[in-house]
Amino acid sequence: MKRREFIKGGLLLGAAGLGGALSLGALRPAAALPPTGAASGARRWGLVIDLDKYNQSADREKIAALCHRRHNVPDIPDTKTEIKWIWEDDFAHSFAEMESPYLSDRIKEMRFPVLCNHCAEPACVKVCPTQATFQRPDGIVNMDYHRCIGCRFCMAGCPFGARSFNFFDPRPYIAEIDPLYPTRTGGVVEKCTFCVERLTAGLPPYCVEAAAGAIIFGDLSDPASEARRALASGFAIRRKAELGTEPSVYYLLGGGGGDA
Amino acid sequence: MLEKALSGSRRYYGWLAFLGIVIVVGVIAYCRQFSHGLGLTGMSRDVTWGLYISQFTFLVGVAASGVMVAIPYYLHNYKAFAKIVILGEFLAVAAVLMAMLFIFVDLGQPVRVLNVLLHPTPHSVMFWDMCVLCGYLVLNILIGWTALGAEKKGFPPPRWTKTLAYIAIPWAVSIHTVTAFLYAGLPGRYYWLSAIMAARFLSSAFAAGPALLILLCLIVRRYSSFKASDESIGALAKIVCYAMITNVFFFLLEVFTAFYSNIPGHKAALLYLFFGLEGHANLVPFMWLAALLAFFGILLLTVPKWRRGKKTLPAALVAVFAACWLDKGLGLILGGFVPNSFERVVEYIPTVNEILVVMGVYGIGFFVLTILYKVAVAIRETGKGGPEAPTPLPEQ
Repeated sequence: MKRREFIKGGLLLGAAGLGGALSLGALRPAAALPPTGAASGARRWGLVIDLDKYNQSADREKIAALCHRRHNVPDIPDTKTEIKWIWEDDFAHSFAEMESPYLSDRIKEMRFPVLCNHCAEPACVKVCPTQATFQRPDGIVNMDYHRCIGCRFCMAGCPFGARSFNFFDPRPYIAEIDPLYPTRTGGVVEKCTFCVERLTAGLPPYCVEAAAGAIIFGDLSDPASEARRALASGFAIRRKAELGTEPSVYYLLGGGGGDA
Repeated sequence: MLEKALSGSRRYYGWLAFLGIVIVVGVIAYCRQFSHGLGLTGMSRDVTWGLYISQFTFLVGVAASGVMVAIPYYLHNYKAFAKIVILGEFLAVAAVLMAMLFIFVDLGQPVRVLNVLLHPTPHSVMFWDMCVLCGYLVLNILIGWTALGAEKKGFPPPRWTKTLAYIAIPWAVSIHTVTAFLYAGLPGRYYWLSAIMAARFLSSAFAAGPALLILLCLIVRRYSSFKASDESIGALAKIVCYAMITNVFFFLLEVFTAFYSNIPGHKAALLYLFFGLEGHANLVPFMWLAALLAFFGILLLTVPKWRRGKKTLPAALVAVFAACWLDKGLGLILGGFVPNSFERVVEYIPTVNEILVVMGVYGIGFFVLTILYKVAVAIRETGKGGPEAPTPLPEQ
């Protein structure tokens, strides 16, 4: 099974390196294998983070650790050059525009997982001069590491700081290379991909798996999806929604008991 | 014509040798960066562009400013600029070349640079910037070289060069407008997210570029028989003066909008640049120096006596050029990244290796500029038209 996955992944990446049309075509089957088992042809994948569950019961450290280990994200100690796909921050920084002098202690102490928002109107895709960053038909903003010229225009364009640049060869900083996922070369940008390689295999993203119910993945265009039902159960906010990039990551407060 | 660049004084060869050393050092520094990665620079995941991109931005302005000589000459038949129009065109060539090199040295994967052509992407401003810069480079080389070649033979330049010169005028405006659009359309970068960005870019370019051009004219006048007239220099100095006043005015408009509206995002970068933010104040002395130099330069250029002064004019021009460089070649790009997406301040300090690469690129630019100016001057000195004959203008 692992061997099959590996070959599948290899084929996928090989195609991605060949060219835009071809790689898009090769990646498209992802949408045909939705992890939720819902109707095929998902239009917009998204995440709903149930903040209460996440802060109370989730094994928070495991989430980023699993994601980074499985995606060969290097562990670079210098915060100026570090690479991160998913990490935590507090409300005051991840939602700076909503700052309040009288924030409740509950919110103040809450940790907020932050990652690529897979925006419906992604600024990074718009500015990329080579389409190395592109949007798939299912809404996922993905990257072709073999096409990226490392101009970092996408990093200037992204208002969420979700992108990391390989300032040097990342491989020496990977404790144990996972052969199921490619490592990156120096000089390219990278970020969360909503685990497209997992979706292809009909599996949910690693963060969703590790969060044990605190992070819900689903098709935002389907009112019956788990994600949409979770959104309907409470009050959800998005980072910097006023910028019009239409983030697909929602932060749910007071979700309806978490049975969504 | 290039053979004209091969014979020169000892001072000429000494200058070229000096530039050659600067270039070699820069190339070695770049080779280090090429093999180790951009980690050798001071850039970070928060300040993702540094000196390279800020120099690129500034130099596109210098290139565009050639139009300030071209418009009076080609559109208004202002004869005083006839002699120096070639110097403006060649300055544009060197400046565009440097701008492109700065983009190149900034790339994480420079060997893949042709992906921009292989996968043309019209929704990316970078794609358009590449198109207009390449076009502008070709236009200026063609116009300048052909006009000079014709002059060498004692003929008026072919008519098509004038058509190209007309095309080059809006083209010059376009290169700096498109460069401003690289920044002005990014959501969440409030220091750049301003409709006046392109206008500010053009005004500072039209101050800094002609200021540099006058200084170059003065140098050429001193060391060769190619004498730019006092009238042409005086006219250019007035252009620098008005452009700099406009530039400062546009900047103050930004200050008003940011502080009267009191919107934190719009104030933050300005506060960081001029007063520091959360204890980070690396750029504060540079920005106040820029402000001081700007007003000093404007004062000297506004008073006619000082604008014509043998010592005060160069001082004013150096002040204006330095002010524009500090504002656009330093503060504008770095300030745009502060605070970062998480409202934190991360500062950028260039590394020695990075500065050596920057100097290397400037070395290449000045080397090319020296060669081009040498050819132009030599042809004026020995050409059939003699030193006094300007590029003949086809009948209007």
